[in-house]
Order: sequence, then C-alpha cells, then structure tokens
Amino acid sequence: MRRSDLGEFEEVVLLAVAVLAPKAYSVIIAEELERETNQTVSTGAVHAALQRLEQKGYLTSHLGEATPERGGRRKRLFTVTALGGRVLNEVRSVRNGLWDRIVPQTMLKWG
Amino acid sequence: METQPSRPPRWLDKLLTRLVAPHLREEVLGDLHERYTLRVQRLGQTRARRDYWREVLAYMRPRFIIRKPSEFSEPTTTVMLRNYVKIAWRNLVKHKGYSFINIFGLATGMTVAILIGLWVWDEFNFNKSFQNYERIAQIYQNRNFDGKIGTFNTVPHPMAKELRNTYPDFETTSMADKHDHIVALGEKKLTVSGLFVEPSFTKIFTLVMKVGHGDNLKDINTILISSSMAKNLFGNEKAMGKTVKLDNKINMAVVGVFNDFPKNSDFADIKILAPWAAYISIDQAVKNTQNHWGSNDWLCYVLLRKGYDLSQTNAKIKSLLYNRVDQDEKTTQPELIIHPLEKWHLYETFTNGKNTGGLIQLLRLFTLIGFFVVVLACINFMNLSTARSENRAKEIGIRKVVGSDRRQIIMQFLSESMLVVLLSFLVASLFIFITLPAFNAFTNKQIRLPLVNSNFLIVSLLFTIITGLLAGSYPSLYLSSFQPIKVLKGQLQVGKMATIPRKTLVVIQFTISIALIIGTVVVFQQIQFVKNRLIGYNNNGLIYLPISTPTLKNLDYKVLRSELLKTNVVENVSETSAAITARGNLNIGYKWNGDETKTNVVFNELRGTFNNGATLGFQFLEGRDFSETFASDSSAVIVNEFAANLIGRKNLMGKTIRNGNVGEFHVIGVIKNIVDDSPYADAIPSVYFLNEKNLTTVNIRIKPTASTNGALTKIGEVLKKLDPAAPFDFKFAENEMARKYMGEELIGKLAFLFALFAILISCLGLFGLASFVAEQRTKEIAVRKVLGATVTNLWQLLSKEFVVLVIISCVIAAPIAYYFMNEWLQKYTYRTEISWWIFIVSAAGALIITLLTVSFQSIKAALMNPVKSLRSE
Repeated sequence: MRRSDLGEFEEVVLLAVAVLAPKAYSVIIAEELERETNQTVSTGAVHAALQRLEQKGYLTSHLGEATPERGGRRKRLFTVTALGGRVLNEVRSVRNGLWDRIVPQTMLKWG
Repeated sequence: METQPSRPPRWLDKLLTRLVAPHLREEVLGDLHERYTLRVQRLGQTRARRDYWREVLAYMRPRFIIRKPSEFSEPTTTVMLRNYVKIAWRNLVKHKGYSFINIFGLATGMTVAILIGLWVWDEFNFNKSFQNYERIAQIYQNRNFDGKIGTFNTVPHPMAKELRNTYPDFETTSMADKHDHIVALGEKKLTVSGLFVEPSFTKIFTLVMKVGHGDNLKDINTILISSSMAKNLFGNEKAMGKTVKLDNKINMAVVGVFNDFPKNSDFADIKILAPWAAYISIDQAVKNTQNHWGSNDWLCYVLLRKGYDLSQTNAKIKSLLYNRVDQDEKTTQPELIIHPLEKWHLYETFTNGKNTGGLIQLLRLFTLIGFFVVVLACINFMNLSTARSENRAKEIGIRKVVGSDRRQIIMQFLSESMLVVLLSFLVASLFIFITLPAFNAFTNKQIRLPLVNSNFLIVSLLFTIITGLLAGSYPSLYLSSFQPIKVLKGQLQVGKMATIPRKTLVVIQFTISIALIIGTVVVFQQIQFVKNRLIGYNNNGLIYLPISTPTLKNLDYKVLRSELLKTNVVENVSETSAAITARGNLNIGYKWNGDETKTNVVFNELRGTFNNGATLGFQFLEGRDFSETFASDSSAVIVNEFAANLIGRKNLMGKTIRNGNVGEFHVIGVIKNIVDDSPYADAIPSVYFLNEKNLTTVNIRIKPTASTNGALTKIGEVLKKLDPAAPFDFKFAENEMARKYMGEELIGKLAFLFALFAILISCLGLFGLASFVAEQRTKEIAVRKVLGATVTNLWQLLSKEFVVLVIISCVIAAPIAYYFMNEWLQKYTYRTEISWWIFIVSAAGALIITLLTVSFQSIKAALMNPVKSLRSE
C-alpha cells in the first residue's frame, strides 16, 4: 500500500484530472476546484501538486496546443496512469468501507 | 467590454522569466496569463490584478525555481583550464625576468605575511594551554592616588581565603608569590624561579604531574619540581622522595614532578612550586600578614565556577577590599578587578584603572603591515600584467573571435594569477622554512610550521586563493575588456587614461613604503632619545647580586665591604633594599611643613647602607651623602629632584618630613632623578634612607682600571669564602637597563625589516615597469638619439615619470605617518618630537632608491645603439 504518500490536496487534484480527462491542465483544474470548494485555488499550488503526482507515477503529461489568451504558449496536459487509477480506487474503497460502518445514530446526531 | 485585451503587469512577467526554471517557463507563464484572462472576464480587471499577485507568489517555491540539471556534462571550463595553465606557463617561461619579479616579489610578501600570521597566532595562543583557561583569572586592584588611578596585580594576604570562603562564584583560589630560589642537592646548586603557592594552585592550572600528586603540596617540607629541573638535579635518578634544600634554609622532600609549563605561557620560567605553608614558616613578615589587609604584596589566582559570569562576580567583590582596609587607606578607594587569563598576555595595560589593550595593539599593527606587504606584491603583479597587455592583446582578440566570451577571458587571467601565486607560495614556504629559526631567535619564540595541522593548510589555501584573486582581479577585468576588432586591426590605443590606474597603484605602493620608512625612523629615534636620557646614577661597571641566603643576610655589611675592598678590584660596596634598576618600596602618607594635602602622593622608598651614594654614583644637586661622621644621619633622608620640588626647594636642607609608620627625617641632600622603573615614564618622588637591616641587594662598583672578568673571579672567590652556600648570581646594572629597551627595540627591528621588504618589493615592481617602458620606447629613444639627444636627456626623459610618482607618494605618506607615529608616541611620557628632517631624509632616501632602480634601465636604454633599434623598420 503506497496510499500514505497521497496528500489530501493531491488526491483531489488527481480526481479532478480523472474528471476532466483528456483536457486536464492546471488552469482548468484550479478553476474547477474553486467552483467545487468555493475557495481560491492558485494555479501554482495545483501545478506543484501535478508535478508531485507525476513524479510519483500517478500522472503522465504532454504538451498541448497553444491559445491566444496564453500569449501563444503551449499548455501541459495531464492524464491519470493505470497506477494512478488503482491508487484512487484504493483510497475510495477505504473511505467507502469506513463510511459504511458509521451507525445511523451517529449520522442522526450530525443532523 | 474593453477593446484592448488586458494584460497582467509586465514587470511581474519579467521577474517570473528570471526566476522560474527555463524548462517550466512556457507552461507557467501560459497558465498565469490564461487564468488572468479568465478572471478578468469573470471578476473584472481590478480583482484580477489583485489576485494575480497571489498567483505569482504561489510559484515562488523551489520546485519551480531550481534549474533542471543539464543532460550533458559541461566540459568547457575544465578543458579550457588546461589550456589556460599551459599558456600561462609558456608566458612565464618566455618572460623570465618579469616572472622572476612577480614570483620573487609575491613570495617575499607572502613570507612576511605568513611569518606575521604565525607570530600573531602564537601570541593569541599564549596561556591557552591550560585546560580551564576560560575560567582562570587573577585579582588586580585599582587605587586612587591623588586623582590618578593606578592598577596593581598584587593584593593582601587573606584575599584568596576570603574569596574562597565567602563567594560561591569561585571554585577555588590560591595565593602565590614569585621569587628566585637556590635549590641545593648536596654540593649541587641551581638558581631557578619558583612560586610559593597553595595546593589549589595545581587545580587551577590543571598541572600535569609526571610523578606524584599536586595535593601533596600541603606539608611544610614538601616541594614540586618541573621535569626539566628534575633532570638537571637528579639526572636519570628518581626524584621522588629525595630531599633538597631551599635557599639554604629549609629541607624539602620532592613529592611530585610536573611537566614543565609550556614556553608559550606566563609561567614558562617556573621550575619549582613550594607550599605556601613553608613560606609562612620561614618568613616571619609573611606570617604577620596572614590576617592583615594593609599590605599588598602577593598574587592571587582564582578559578571561577562553571556558569558564573565574570562581570557579575566582579561587581560582587568590587568593594571587598575597601570594606577591609583601615580608615587611612580608604582614601585611596581600593577597588578589586578580576582580570581573566585570556587578557593577561594581550591586554595587560591599564590606563586610569581601565583595561586599555597592550600587546594586542602591536599585533593589530603588524597584521595590518603584513596585509600591506602582500598588497604591495599584488600591485606589482597587476602593474606588470596590465603594462604588458599589448603583448597579449592579439591573443585575447583571437580567443574572442573563436568564441571566448568575456567570462572565459577573466577565468583565463585569474587562473594565470593563481598559477603565479601558487608558485610564489611554494617559494614562500621554502623561504619560511629557511628563515623561521632566525625569526624565532629574533622574536624569542618557539614557532614551528604546523604543516600537519589541517587548519593551517586550509588557511594557507585560502590565503593563496585570496591573494590570487586580489592580484588577478584588475588585470583580468582590464585585459578581458579589449575589443577583438580593434586589437586585431592593430588599433589598440593605450591612451593616457590607461596608465592612470597603474600610476595610482605605484603611488599607493610608495606611500605605504615611505610611511613605513618614516615610522621606522621615528621608532629608532624614540629608542635613541630614551637611551640618551640621563639615568641619574652611574651604571657603568656596577654589578649587584641578591642577598639570598641566611648567612649572607646576617653577615655584617662592614665585613663584606672590607673583604671585597681588599681584592683591589672593587671601588665601593653598598647594600640596598632593592636593586637600583627597579622601584623600591612604594608608600604614601608623607607630610612636611604641616602640609597634609599631599599625603596621597606615592613615594618611592629605598633604604641603604653608608657609601650607597658613592657606590651607585648619585649625582648631588645640593647637600651631601650620608656620612658616619654625623651621628644624626640615622634619621636623615636624601630626596630626589622630583620630591624636592614637591616639598619646595627653598631652605630645603634640614627640613623635616614625616610619615606615620616610617618615622621623622631631616633632609640632607637632593640628587638628580634616578631612572629606576620604565625609562619611558616620568620619575616619581623618591626618598633614600639610611638602614642596615633587612636589605636584599649587594651593590658592587668595580674599579674602572680593573678588567671585568678578573674582577668578577676575585669577587666570586670572596663571596664563596664568606658563604659557600650562596651562588655568585650577579647582574650587570647596565644590562638590566638595556633590557628595558628590548620591547621597543624589537618593534624597531621588526618595523625596519618590514619597511625594508616593502621598499624591496616596491622597487622590484618599479624595476619591472621601468624596463617595460624602456622596451616600449626603444624606437622613440633611437629616433631621439639620431636627432641629437644626449644620454642625460634620455635618462631624464625616462626617469622623470617615476620620480614624480615617488614625490607624490612622499607628500601623501608624510601626514599619514605623522598622524600614526604621533599617536604611538603619546603612550610614552618621556618621548621625542617628530622633527621635520625625518620626512626630508625619508623622502630623499626613497627618491635615491627610486632613481637607482629606474636609472639602471633608463641608462641602459639610452646607451643603446640607435642603428640596432631602428634596423628592423
């Protein structure tokens, strides 16, 4: 199990990449996360997380097309690797397992 | 909607371009701009701009800044380095003369600097060999005499005990007293320096015992001796348990042998440690002071407890002595000072009760001089490199054309200077190896080249690199600035401006050299001035020896005198309470004419037998010497000029002066001030009494007609007859006087040496420059000669430039040297004036040396056959 080296933010970013595939790159991931969480998310933070994930082998990347609003610069597109997918699955099953074991009374107390 | 698409601030982009690693630049800037555009659309330009800041800051992390290591190795620097060294070496070999000047000059400079460095290092390590050196201290005291605060290292007898018992700050303390002792083993007698100490002394200084234990020092009849002393006394036999006789008074068993104190410590000459208890038992006067706070004759060493702050402890004990002394002494406001061991050697001077430095000032000065000497040598390198730049200009041009950038050219010349400096360092090491014994003899040190010490090697390496950078900096910047097109077309115009830095450097060199010369002359003038000072007595042919044994002490002075006079080689004999080359007893409380305002003035007291004035050669200004014909002379006093002026010269003869604890005396004579203490200090009021008891010194004046050696043998025989136990341990008063100049003479000699090296190095550089200029102007000289210029004309032409530079240097050096030397002289009360002729002589000397240096080249150039010089055109 190598799940321990997946931080919370990294997990969210990895998920976002999976959601936005095949057009996932830092700007739209950051925008997406901002929308979802209602909190400011900087491209720099996302970019750094993407680089870390790529180092760990959960992502691969290639340079995509250039657009005028980027000043003619190309973007780096990310895709989830098989290993990345497996890790996401593992994380999810651990979470689900735990969720399932919460007794209804506890849920009720939370309202 | 705006017509023009909005852009984020340009300067932030520029900053990011610089900061972000090249391989990430494209995506990072692209992302930022895209995001910005999105934000502008959604939130408007103002918000977008504000947020942009945050976005940019988010990229300020190492992940985006650290450059990706290149996939390929970058061999250019190392490969070229070999080429640089090869070319540098070829240049060195090709121009042997210049290479010699550079390497020899730098080597000399480095030798001087390293020797100074070693010396300074040695002085800084003085006393540091004691394990607890950070916590060891000595108790000093300040006294206020008539507004003048004096500092003394001696304190009352009960001090150590009091400090030990009352203050938890001290781990332990010990009293100590230093004397010369005669240690006898049967017939064998040795005179050595020793200390009476308490047993805790061995703990304070963590004495390393070879045999036995330091604690053994408790009993009266025990003694510790040093291992060299043990060797001298017992040879290879065991020393432990043997009995020796101390000062012919008391038998003591050797209970321990300690490793000699390191040469580089204040106790280097101490060979024996005797118990304080024995001191008390053999000397009644010492015993009487055991609980007496009124006499300050002993040293007190302390070991501070770990974690205690020196200044806080000092504040606690500051007024201890004041609270103990009697009402009379309270007027002198005694104040204790804890003087830490770290300051004993380098900060030993107290001015007006405050520690004001000492040797450290000298060390700083010489460190500065060492630095200057290296700078002088570096300037030679700079000047010769830049002056000969035309020879290298084409090479630089070609290098630039085939692709060198400026950095590489700079690297080339820096590696060239490194090579020269490295070679110089090797030569300097050789020089040091050769001169170190002489240097040690000169400074009276035992410095060794710590070749195996890694610190030393690192420092040497650093020193070499720094010197290389210093020497190579200017040439490499200058040479690398050539434009390839110009130099390859042969258009390198070295205008007047180009020589200005060179001239400036020459002026700096000579300013330093001339200032050093002036300084040296002033130091020697001061020494000569003090040596010429009238000492107030006649030390020619005067010897003295300590009264060290009981027999000698109890011997009637008259018997001793008549026995010595019988030898026919002795003119006169007297005994005194102290040697004439040192102060006698210092005392206060003198009153006269009912005047009690001056009771705070310190008087020097010297007691002596009849004939003392004649033996020592007192010079009477008024009145007469003690005489056996006047019975009243037992209560008579002779005063020195200083005291006479204090009391009042009018009707002085017969006037009465009194002192509570000494007695009442009438003045019978006034003598010239005697230089008994430092020859640089003013005299103090002195009084000379008649007394035949408790004297410590025999003074003997040898007849001027007698040969010194013969006379000494005869005197020695007489003393042997009178007391076989006493060694004939005499001193020449003249030599003792000469020792007082030794410190200053050392400074003078060192300053002379450094000035010599400075001028030598500067002249080497000048020689190189002159030969270069002569070489450059060969054709000009030939044409001038053909047109009728005489050798004198040409000599003037070539020398003028340098002479002007040296004159400018003189003008700059004179006020600088005057300022610093005047400052230096201020510390001597008795000092010479810096007279104008010193500057004239120094300037003239520098000019003559310059002319000699330059003329060799310029006359050689002027004598050249013009046909030969012009033939090649």
